[in-house]
Amino acid sequence: MQTQTTSSMPVLEIRKMTQRFGGLVAVSNFSVTLGRNQLTGLIGPNGAGKTTVFNLISGFYQPSEGEIFINGTPTAGLKPHKVTSLGVARTFQNIRLWNQMSVLDNIRVAQHGSLDYGFFGAMFRTRSYVDCEAKIEKEARELLEIFELDKQADELPTNLAYGLQRKLEIVRALSEKPQLLLLDEPAAGLNSVDAQELIRLIHWIHETFDVTILLIEHHMDVVMELCSEIKVIDFGQTIAEGTPEQIRNHPAVITAYLGDDTI
Amino acid sequence: MFRKYTVQLILVTLGGIITYLAYEELIGLYTLSVLMFMGVNIIMSTSLNLVNGNMGEFSCGHAGFMCVGAYVSSLLGVLLFSKDKIFGPPLLNPDLAIYFFPLVIIAGGIAAAFAGLLVALPSYKTRGDYLAIITIAANYIIISSIENLNVIGGSRGFMGMKKVINAMEDIIYLPWMVIWVFVFTVATVWALRRYTSSTFGKGVAAICQDEVAAEIMSVNTNKIKTITFMLSSGLAGIAGGLFAYIIGYVNPGSFNILKSTEALVMVYLGGMGSLSGAVLSAILFTVLLELLRPLQIIKWVVIPLLLIVLMQFRPEGIMGNRELSDIFPRLKRFYKFK
Ligand SMILES: Nc1ncnc2c1ncn2[C@@H]1O[C@H](COP(=O)(O)OP(=O)(O)O)[C@@H](O)[C@H]1O
Ligand SMILES: [Mg+2]
Repeated sequence: MQTQTTSSMPVLEIRKMTQRFGGLVAVSNFSVTLGRNQLTGLIGPNGAGKTTVFNLISGFYQPSEGEIFINGTPTAGLKPHKVTSLGVARTFQNIRLWNQMSVLDNIRVAQHGSLDYGFFGAMFRTRSYVDCEAKIEKEARELLEIFELDKQADELPTNLAYGLQRKLEIVRALSEKPQLLLLDEPAAGLNSVDAQELIRLIHWIHETFDVTILLIEHHMDVVMELCSEIKVIDFGQTIAEGTPEQIRNHPAVITAYLGDDTI
Repeated sequence: MFRKYTVQLILVTLGGIITYLAYEELIGLYTLSVLMFMGVNIIMSTSLNLVNGNMGEFSCGHAGFMCVGAYVSSLLGVLLFSKDKIFGPPLLNPDLAIYFFPLVIIAGGIAAAFAGLLVALPSYKTRGDYLAIITIAANYIIISSIENLNVIGGSRGFMGMKKVINAMEDIIYLPWMVIWVFVFTVATVWALRRYTSSTFGKGVAAICQDEVAAEIMSVNTNKIKTITFMLSSGLAGIAGGLFAYIIGYVNPGSFNILKSTEALVMVYLGGMGSLSGAVLSAILFTVLLELLRPLQIIKWVVIPLLLIVLMQFRPEGIMGNRELSDIFPRLKRFYKFK
């Protein structure tokens, strides 16, 4: 997992990014710089623009204004699969696994960015095809074993408990050996026991893999527990940033979350 | 480990038996032609299944690509190996036809693959119903273009392919068409199996199940769509080439929407996304078509009716999206098909 980059280079840098949908400004003047191995939280009420930030980073939308750099490379004009190959992987707020293929195949398909063969390799079962497929399967099975999903390798994702599906989506993202991992509300829909376990899992991933994590979470307490840095957005605007301590007592955050009583 | 070779062994034996029976004229010409159409139909249904079943798009112009393959390989074969009113004397010694015939068929397939771009390129931005309309348009563009090309016979059609086959038989007397239909049918099913079971080809299923997730999880969706459409239409072109040489005559009218519909019926009968289903249903469909032949044009009342009944009572088709080895897992002990 050690990809050597100059340590001074931020893994993710966003400069003054704005995204409009018609008249709606979903993200406004958003900037962030994430160094290596940082675990940063992105919080804010529903509809604040958090998922849109992820969609912009992963290249699903092109920002109306501003720039995004992954390890110093600008992503403007890149299709999502190209952005992914720069070292970005993500999960989705609403789980998006491929439900008609096995758990193992879900991991295999996510290796498209690093295939050593193409169509003709698959047709003629060339040396590079055989080696590449063997390597993919071996690594996928190892990863599933690490995350205790190896028993379900041949199951369809829909047969997995909800919490395991969330976990599988994270494993699928990790299997791409990203330098930047974007997690969109990974604890959404989980009961408090499962949510606690997931928090520990994210913590463990952050400790074990050399990866920078940007975490969207609806629940303040989750983010407070995990992250060293937090950014708060509301109506697309960045309203606060800092350590959990600073955020907890920030008046704008309290207003955004509890409603503005002065009106 | 025999398991590794059972499929090869069975296929070689089967091919050998059919060739022998045809050579000794132990099966009649009629049965033989039904068998060959079966092969052509297997290629048509499995290749369409790749797009409609595996990728989840709705192509209803598959016969257009068949048409491209039929014409290109017919024209090329006649131009190179036989005397013709339009093209004059053959460009090459007709004795060479025996070696070049498979290449002529493949050339038709390659041409059809490029015709597949007519659908592949719009598919970057268009999905579902809208893409279906584009496939119908592609079907029409192809057959109307040929109808307007009077040099090659226009709507009256084109012939002379029998002479190419005769030239091959003059060198070595063998039922060449039977052999080549068999070989190309097996090769098609094999190629499709290899494609869809590779990690690369599983991108097709990923696009079907969640295209956004596929693109974001590193699948180059445009590239996979292009390759998939080109492979599918290229194989239809090969089916077209074989079809033309079996009959010895082609005309654009035989590749209209009705022909595309036949391919669709086979895919839905077999079960979307099931390769073995597509093979089985093509066999069944060919036999059914022959059994209903006495009904003549009424068979086009009976067959759609069967389709309605099928959609009512078993909308997932014969196999659903499963393969033979999923239904009979024990079979896996005896063969390995990769
Ligand atoms: N594709 C889109 N077209 C139009 N509006 C959108 C689109 N995507 C998101 N929005 C709007 O942008 C705002 C932010 O949405 P989102 O980023 O999903 O919020 P969050 O993830 O913080 O809950 C919402 O008002 C949403 O309706
Ligand atoms: Mg969201």
